[in-house]
Amino acid sequence: MNVHMREDMSLHSMRADDGIAKGEELLKVDNISLSFGGVKAITDISFDIRKGEIRAIIGPNGAGKTSMLNVINGFYYPQEGTITFRGKRRRRVRPHETAREGIARTFQNIALFKGMSTLDNIMTGRITLQKRNMFWHGLWTGPAEREEIEHREAVERIIDFLEIEHIRKTPVGRLPYGLQKRVELGRALAAEPALLLLDEPMAGMNLEEKEDMSRFILDVNQQYGTTIALIEHDMGVVMDLSDRVVVLDYGKKIGDGTPDEVRNNQDVIDAYLGVPHEEA
Amino acid sequence: MPSTVQAGANAPETFPQYLLLNAERHASRTAMRHKDNGIWKSWTWAEMADEIRAFSMGLAAIGLKKGDKVAIVGHNRPRLYWAFAAVQALGAVPVPVYADSVAEEMTYVLDHAGVHFAVCQDQEQVDKLLSITDKLKDLHQIVYDETRGLRDYDHTNLHSIDAIEQAGRDLVAEKGDADWKKGIADTRGDDIAVMLYTSGTTGKPKGVMLSFDNLVISARNGNTFDNLTKDDTVLAYLPLAWVGDHVFTYAQAYVAGYSVCCPESPETVDSDRREIAPSYFFAPPRVFENLLTAVLVRMEDAGKTKKRMFDYFMAHARRVGEPILNGETVSFADRFKYWLGELLVYGPLKNRMGFTRMRVGYTAGEAIGPEIFRFYRSLGLNLKQLYGQTEASVYITAQPDGEIRADTVGRPSPDVEIRIEESGEVMYRSPGVFVGYYRNDEATRETKTNDNWVHTGDAGFFDHEGHLKIIDRAKDVGKLNDGSLFAPKYIENKLKFFPNVKEAVAFGDGRDFCAVFLNIDLTSVGSWAERNNVSYASYQELAQHAQVYAMMEEHVRQVNEDLASEEMMAGSQIARFLVLHKELDADDGELTRTQKVRRSFIAERYAPLIDALYDGSTEKYVDTEVTFEDGRKGKISATVQIRDMERLPVTGGHKEAAE
Repeated sequence: MNVHMREDMSLHSMRADDGIAKGEELLKVDNISLSFGGVKAITDISFDIRKGEIRAIIGPNGAGKTSMLNVINGFYYPQEGTITFRGKRRRRVRPHETAREGIARTFQNIALFKGMSTLDNIMTGRITLQKRNMFWHGLWTGPAEREEIEHREAVERIIDFLEIEHIRKTPVGRLPYGLQKRVELGRALAAEPALLLLDEPMAGMNLEEKEDMSRFILDVNQQYGTTIALIEHDMGVVMDLSDRVVVLDYGKKIGDGTPDEVRNNQDVIDAYLGVPHEEA
Repeated sequence: MPSTVQAGANAPETFPQYLLLNAERHASRTAMRHKDNGIWKSWTWAEMADEIRAFSMGLAAIGLKKGDKVAIVGHNRPRLYWAFAAVQALGAVPVPVYADSVAEEMTYVLDHAGVHFAVCQDQEQVDKLLSITDKLKDLHQIVYDETRGLRDYDHTNLHSIDAIEQAGRDLVAEKGDADWKKGIADTRGDDIAVMLYTSGTTGKPKGVMLSFDNLVISARNGNTFDNLTKDDTVLAYLPLAWVGDHVFTYAQAYVAGYSVCCPESPETVDSDRREIAPSYFFAPPRVFENLLTAVLVRMEDAGKTKKRMFDYFMAHARRVGEPILNGETVSFADRFKYWLGELLVYGPLKNRMGFTRMRVGYTAGEAIGPEIFRFYRSLGLNLKQLYGQTEASVYITAQPDGEIRADTVGRPSPDVEIRIEESGEVMYRSPGVFVGYYRNDEATRETKTNDNWVHTGDAGFFDHEGHLKIIDRAKDVGKLNDGSLFAPKYIENKLKFFPNVKEAVAFGDGRDFCAVFLNIDLTSVGSWAERNNVSYASYQELAQHAQVYAMMEEHVRQVNEDLASEEMMAGSQIARFLVLHKELDADDGELTRTQKVRRSFIAERYAPLIDALYDGSTEKYVDTEVTFEDGRKGKISATVQIRDMERLPVTGGHKEAAE
C-alpha cells in the first residue's frame, strides 16, 4: 500500500517537548536595558511571550524594536535585566546557542545565500538539528545518509507548506523579493523553532504579497503551534495577525495588550501621531 | 442513440467497470503518479481501485446516492480524479468546475447543476464554497483533499477525504464490497457519465451532459486511431472541467489502461513534464506558443556560438525536418546534417521541453500559427491538429499520421460524419454526440437536430485532399464595406506568431477597413527592453513606449505583406492599429477561462478606442476598470496612441480582388 504522507505532520518531530502548555509563559524579559556607549537603545523593558501566541512588537522608527529582537536571540547582551526562556534564566549566550535552544529568526534585509538554491538555503536551517559530525557527513553514507534523507523530508514539507515547489532548484538571488522573504521564512521554520522571530516580514511587499505572507504566518501558528514574535510597521497587518502587542517608543515600553487595548491607548496614539517628545 | 459497443460481449460500458477490469488485467501496472514533497509517488491499478472503493463507499456512507450531482473543484490531483470514478460507481454524476473561477461564476454553475456534494482540493476552494452556501440550497456536504488550515473549521458537513476513505475501509472490513460491486455492474452505457460546463464564449455556461457511451466509444476510437496502449504516459495539467482533459486523462486512460501523472503544482508543470516526458501530449496552441517564446527569448540571451549553432540547425530543420518526418525522400547529406542537428540542438531542445518520448502530440481548441506548428514538426515531433468540441466528446476531425498540414484540422475521426451547411457552417454526427444541455432544452434544440446532427458554430470547408479547414467562428466571419472577406482570427493568428505579440483583436466587419488592438508579451518585450536599455516602470508604460510601437509597426507591416500575397485576404490588410495599455485578462472578463478572446465583450468595453480607430484620431485617453486577483476593483487610465499603416497592393498577379 502506498503510504500517503500527511501534511499536518508536526514540524516539531526532532525537538524534545519542553513541557510548557499552550498559553503559559515561554519567554520573559525583565527590566532589560541596553546601551551602545552613551546611546540608550532600550530602557527598563519587561514583557513576556506566551506559548502558541503571535506577539507583535511595534513602534516608530528607532524605537528599539530590532534591538529588542537582537537581545532575545542573543546577538546583543543587555547591561541590565534578565531573560527567562523555557523557565530557565539565561546567561550570556551566543546567537548559535539560542538557535540550538530553539529560537529562529528572519531578518529585516534578507540574509540568504544568494548563489544557493531555495532547497539548499532551507537545508541550512537544519544544521542545528544535525546529529552526525562532519566526518560522517563527509563520507555521506550509512547514518549520515539516512539523516540527510530525514532532513530533506522535513524541508520538502516546508517547501510544500510555503508553496514554493516551482523554485526549489532556483538560486535565490534570481528570485523576486517577495519570494526571497518566503524562502527566509522557510529556512527559519526548518530549524523547528520553539520561538520564531520575524523582523518586518512584510517590509517592501505589495498588497498581494502581504496577504500571502499573513496567511503563511497564521498557518504556521495554527498548524504547527509555533510561537511567533514579529516586528512590523504595517498597522493593519499587526492588528489583524497578533494576539497581543507591545509598543515601544524611544526605547521604552508605552503600551502592552490586545490589539484593541493598544489601539485605544492614548500614549500609543500620541507616539504614532507625533506628539512632541518631552525629555525625561 | 447510437450504441456501437462492438468489442466483446461483456466489454465494460462504464468507467467504474473499466476500473475493476484494469485492477485485474493491469493489477501491477502504474495507473497514476503524483509528485508530492519533491518525489514521484505512484499507484498501480489495483491500489487505485482500492482507494477509489474506500472513497466511494465512504461517500455513500455520508449520504451520496444515485442521481446526485457532485461538484469537483481543484487542480489535477489524484484524489480529484479518483472522485470521478468514486462518484460514478454510485450512479451519481460528477460536475467538474474551473478551479480558478471566482465565487460568482461558480455560484451560477453549481446552482444550475443543483450539486448535492462538493469535492474540493484545499482550503481556498472550501472557503469559496462556504461563502456561497446560502445561495446553493441543494449543497449538503463538502469533502476536501488537503487538510492544511481546515483543522478548526466546523466539521458537521465538512469531511477530509482521509476520514471518508477511512470510513469506507471500515465498511469494507465490516460487510465487504459486494453491494458496491453490484452497483457498478448496474451502471449502464446510456447513463449520464459527467456534466461539463462549457466555458461560455457567449452567454451563460451550459451544462453538456455526456453519457458513458459517448465517452467510452469516443475514447476507444481515439485510442485505436493513435495506437494508444497501456504503455503510454500522459501528464494531467489541463483544467478538470475541460472536455479535453476529461477525455485524454480520464476516459482514454481508463479504456487503454495507460498511466496519468499529476504535477506537483500548476507552477511546476514545465519541470514536471521534463521529468515525466509524456508519450502522448495534448496542449492548446497557447502552451506551444509560450514554450516557443521562452525558447526564443533564452536563445536571444545565449552566447554567440550557441546562438549561431541554434540558428544554423533550425534553418536546416525547417528545410528538411518535415519531409523526413513525413517519410519523404531526402538526400543522405541532408539526413546526416539533420542527425548532427539532432545530437547538438534538437535533442537537447526536446529534452528541455519534455518532449523526448512524445509519440503523439495534439493541439486543438484554437488555430495554431502555422510557423509555430512547423517549428515543432521540424524538430521531428509528431504534432498533429485536432478539431473537437465538448458536445462531441472531443473528436470531430483529426490528422492521421503522415497527413499533417499546418492549415487544416484533418479528416473526420472514426465513426464521425460531417457535412457543410450552405452558410459554410460545419455540422457533424457521431457516437460522441452529447445527450443534451442540462435544464436547457431550448439550447439543445438550437444546437442538435432531431436526427442528431450538431451545429459547430464554426465556418469551414473541405480542401481537395478531404481535409477540413476551419476559417473562423461562423458568426465572426464578416465582410468589409467594400465586400472583401474579413476573418478576424486569421489575421490575429498571423500577428500572434511574433513572440512580442501576446494577443491581438481585429475589427472590421461592416467597417471600411480592418483595425487591430495589440497586447505586448511582457516576457518577450521585457527581455528586449532589458537588452536595449529601455527603462519602464509598468506594463502600461512599456506598452506605450515609442520604440515598442515601432517594433509593433514592423510586425503589422509584415502581416500586411503576408495578407497581400493571398487573394482572398488581401482586402483585409490592417489599416490602423493600437497597443492596449493593459493586458487582456480573464479576471476582467476579456478572456475566457481557457484564455480565448471574448471579442464582443472587448468591443463593448473598449468602444471609445474602437471609435478612435475609425474616426482618424491619432491618440485617445481612456479609463479602464480592472479587477485584482482578490476581487477588489481599481482603475487605470492612459492615453493610447494609434498608428496608420500602409496597405500594400495584392502581389502574385491577382490585382482585382480588392479595390
